Amino acid sequence: MLRRRKKDALADAEAGTSLWKDAYWRLRKNRLALFGACVSCIVAIVAIAGPWCSPYAYDEQDRELGAVGPCAAHWLGTDLLGRDLLTRTLYGGRVSLLVGIAATAVSLVIGVLYGAIAGFLGGRTDAVMMRVVDVLYALPFTITVIILMVYFGRNFVLLFLAIGAVEWLTMARIVRGQILSLKEKEFIEAAVVMGLRRRRILLRHLIPNVLGPIIVYTTLTIPNVMILEAFLSFLGLGVQPPMSSWGLLIKEGVETMEPFWWMLVFPSVALSVTLFSLNFFGDGLRDALDPRMSKD
Amino acid sequence: MSIGEGRMASTITSTITSTIILVSCLPLVSVVAGCGRAADMPGAVILHAGNGAEVQDLDPHMVSGVTEHRTLCALFEGLVNLDPRTLEPEPGVAASWDLSPDARVYTFHLRRDARWSNGDAVTAEDFHYAWRRILSPNLAADYAYFLHCIENAKAYNEGTVTDFDVVGVKVVDAYTLEARLEHPTPYFLGMQVHQAYMPVHRATIERFGAMDERSTRWTRAGNHVGNGPFLLAEWTPNAVIRVRRNPHYWNRDAVRLDGINFYAIDNLWTQERAFRSGQLDMTDDVPLHKVRLYRERDPDRIVLHPYLGTYYYRLNVTRPPFTDRRVRRAFAMALDREAITHNVTRGGEEPAPFYTPPDTNGYTCRHRIPFDPASARVLLAEAGFPDGRGLPPIEILYNTSEAHKLIAEAVQQMWKQHLGADVRLLNQDWKVYLDSTNTLNYMVARSGWIGDVVDPVNFLECFLGGGGNNRTGYASPEFDALVHAAYAEADVGQRLELLQEAEAVLLEDAPLIPIYFYSRKYLKRPEVLGLDPNPLGYIRWTRVTLRRERV
Amino acid sequence: MWRFIARRLVELAPTLLAVATITFFLVRLAPGGPFDAERQVQPEVLERLKDHYNLNAPIYRQYLDYMFGLFRGDLGISFSKPSYTVTELILLRLPVSLELGAYALLVALGIGLGAGLLASLKPNSLLDHAPMSLAMIGICLPSFVLGPLLLLMFSEKLAWFPVMGWETPADKVLPSLTLGAVYAAYIARLTRGGMLEVLSQDYIRTARAKGLRESRVVLEHGLRGGMQPVVAFLGPATARLLTGSFVVETIFWIPGLGRDFVGAAFNRDYPLIMGTVLVYAVFVLVLNLAADIAQAWLDPRVRRA
Repeated sequence: MLRRRKKDALADAEAGTSLWKDAYWRLRKNRLALFGACVSCIVAIVAIAGPWCSPYAYDEQDRELGAVGPCAAHWLGTDLLGRDLLTRTLYGGRVSLLVGIAATAVSLVIGVLYGAIAGFLGGRTDAVMMRVVDVLYALPFTITVIILMVYFGRNFVLLFLAIGAVEWLTMARIVRGQILSLKEKEFIEAAVVMGLRRRRILLRHLIPNVLGPIIVYTTLTIPNVMILEAFLSFLGLGVQPPMSSWGLLIKEGVETMEPFWWMLVFPSVALSVTLFSLNFFGDGLRDALDPRMSKD
Repeated sequence: MSIGEGRMASTITSTITSTIILVSCLPLVSVVAGCGRAADMPGAVILHAGNGAEVQDLDPHMVSGVTEHRTLCALFEGLVNLDPRTLEPEPGVAASWDLSPDARVYTFHLRRDARWSNGDAVTAEDFHYAWRRILSPNLAADYAYFLHCIENAKAYNEGTVTDFDVVGVKVVDAYTLEARLEHPTPYFLGMQVHQAYMPVHRATIERFGAMDERSTRWTRAGNHVGNGPFLLAEWTPNAVIRVRRNPHYWNRDAVRLDGINFYAIDNLWTQERAFRSGQLDMTDDVPLHKVRLYRERDPDRIVLHPYLGTYYYRLNVTRPPFTDRRVRRAFAMALDREAITHNVTRGGEEPAPFYTPPDTNGYTCRHRIPFDPASARVLLAEAGFPDGRGLPPIEILYNTSEAHKLIAEAVQQMWKQHLGADVRLLNQDWKVYLDSTNTLNYMVARSGWIGDVVDPVNFLECFLGGGGNNRTGYASPEFDALVHAAYAEADVGQRLELLQEAEAVLLEDAPLIPIYFYSRKYLKRPEVLGLDPNPLGYIRWTRVTLRRERV
Repeated sequence: MWRFIARRLVELAPTLLAVATITFFLVRLAPGGPFDAERQVQPEVLERLKDHYNLNAPIYRQYLDYMFGLFRGDLGISFSKPSYTVTELILLRLPVSLELGAYALLVALGIGLGAGLLASLKPNSLLDHAPMSLAMIGICLPSFVLGPLLLLMFSEKLAWFPVMGWETPADKVLPSLTLGAVYAAYIARLTRGGMLEVLSQDYIRTARAKGLRESRVVLEHGLRGGMQPVVAFLGPATARLLTGSFVVETIFWIPGLGRDFVGAAFNRDYPLIMGTVLVYAVFVLVLNLAADIAQAWLDPRVRRA
């Protein structure tokens, strides 16, 4: 009897209100975040499907035509070589989103593994691993990225690997910090006292609690990487033409904006809308999942 | 708790206060720093010139770039000046000169009134010293090879001869200098405007280090001594070089400007904005896409004229399929140069059917590469690639630049269309690009050559077998023999004929595909006068004036 | 507290050493040499240049020589500006970047704190979304777009500010805005998050219940806790701001250190790269330490841990 009651109580205590359910309710209240999520999805779908629907290829030139403003044949106008800007913007969106997601994934894998190992093992190992992060943190981002890009520049895959390899530091710090503080938390101690197995603690209690910040930070890393890609394009280290990305299109647009305003306006709007929605979605997620997490 | 709050509030306040103090002190610092600058008299006529990339140094023997040359022309003067309209030699520090009958010995008679900016006389000794300095092995000057036409100069420069007396430079007396050349060099006088031949002030150099010591402080404002129409008033790296009238310059009455400010602005768009807003009187270049706009709306503010340079693609002749001459010719013939200058660059460039720019010192190549896609396809088929089948992917390498990118994209499309080739683009940053071309690690590479002197040999000698500027792996005994024969030829007409033959061989072998001849383009206010267009982009600062209405 | 600071300061040295070592080898890995040029330098001249700059010695020897120089405070001579030492160049340019960074920091704090505070008062209302959207512009538009757009509007159309330079106060407005905008977005976001958390805490409810005026609750009690994440962020952010921004310095033609970061890397100017990296590293480490100290000061719990 007593034992049964204990078991019930244990189940109750463990279940509580689900973190995820809670988060979902909080997120639903945040209309801007939901809007951001919808817009991000729409942008992704349009960028992926759009180029297939376009009558033009992204590298199809009409040199006689040159740069013309928006018209019936070319809804967003054409660039200097007479290429359809709508097609190029859609195609560039694919590349930018791909770079954003892939580089974030790389930074996610490295960062989470590194941070989790340091946090779990603790002690001297942790100190050494974090010192390495400190050193890398003190290297100026610009120079590191330039040298990596110069080194790997020929290859598109290595390009975002390089970006990801520079972006993982913050993720590692966040994950480690979370793991460390979770190890001390009452509910983990309680779970231990309640006699739950370690694996169960890990899966039901540690991971879900770390997952929140990871998801939030991931959502916020994607727009960061996309801006970084634009910066690299500004330096001339972006993707190889005739392939294009939003960063590259915008760089061309800034240079030609005087007579050919459309070359700046449309790609910039595409990038900004995407970044706005991703950022607001990320912020909403943060409010919902983890109001405590604050260090960016 | 309340104590904690109080302390906390005061911390924030003090942080903010100290930030404010810090920030408000900063302008003060810059004001103090700015005090050292020589103030100009009100009404002084100062030309504000955009000068592109930052000047590396103001030592004429240590630098090689165009921006440096432009700046140094205001600070130094060689033996001979050029007429900016015709590029004919005019007296500079030398009032006159004689040439021996075998065209190998020049004797310069220096003017007596030439002065350094500190008042010292400029003598033949100064030129002797300067030439010895640039040729000295330890200085490791990039442009020392410019003096290699002087007898034994190359050997001295390379360290195989250590006695400078055997080099063909002789001080006859304080105002007479003799230069003995290896072989007749028709452009020797023209080279005298180049910084490699400019004199330096011995006492100043040696006050700050040994003659052949690199990186001493003599080029700083305050230390610097020159003999040009202007003297150095301020040099703030990455920002501005201010030069002002040199009161000791022999021809000071002819100088119209009171000074020039050279602004190191490497971003073309920033430069153009500054020009449009009136902060600059002239620029050194125009963004590609602005050319058409200015030509249409503001034609009296843009200057466009032919420039002594060729934009071309190098082909790596050591890597298939370009080991085959027919393939190289096919690619050369499938490139529509007109379409590129007409639709892509649109900056007044001329399509280049041959390599040396037309009318280079009376030389225009007679041989031409036609635009003929049909014959190109036939050639390609002969070489075993009918309709491009079997061709490996062709990669065009270019260094990062909007213009190079656009041209490469256009060429890519042409080769795809006319030859059925699978063409890819590869963009590398400058140093990696240089590394790739030097080590022949490319297939097709964008290149350009700007003439140092107005002579076809300056272009053609780049493709001598094994030369440092060849970078294609091309080596033709026939071509080399013709160029070497031209070196030794004293007769001007015969010499050009040899070069004609050499260029015909080169174009037939096609290790390069000429695309267009450069045009020089820059912006200037209509008030800036005396900038005569010439294919070298050479500016005689003494001739430049600024008619500025003061309000 | 003082022992904590002293210990952290001592720990800086090995970190800096590691940064210098990594950079030293990293830059030499990048393809292309410092003296490669369009017109190829003669082989003999190149050899002498390399001798002059100690590039022909075995790599470990070069490394040791550099490190010894570093301990004596000698950062070497710039390859691309042969008559200047790296120290001179840094001393010329760093003050400019410091000034720009300081103004940008003020802009970032002004916009960021303001927007973040306002947004946190009524979450998920227009009062939240409008200021946050405004503050986000800086991270949703690359600064190489924002800069030219500001120039187009305020310099070319309205002619309020000069288009380039760094001398008069008017020169400094647009660059500071452009640079500050990026950081304003982060600060706004952190302030909002921090404030939201703090304002839901018990002691704030207590303060409200006691009948304190809302402005006092927010500014005195809320701000204190809410500022913590901002302070943590300001450490590395200030370091980045003060050491210059390539994009802003290029667009507005400001002779700061930011242009050198990129220029030196592209020119393979090894000594200048080393110099700028070390300056940056010192700033990051010291300001991070300062942020930690400030946090410890603000929150006794951190101090104890």
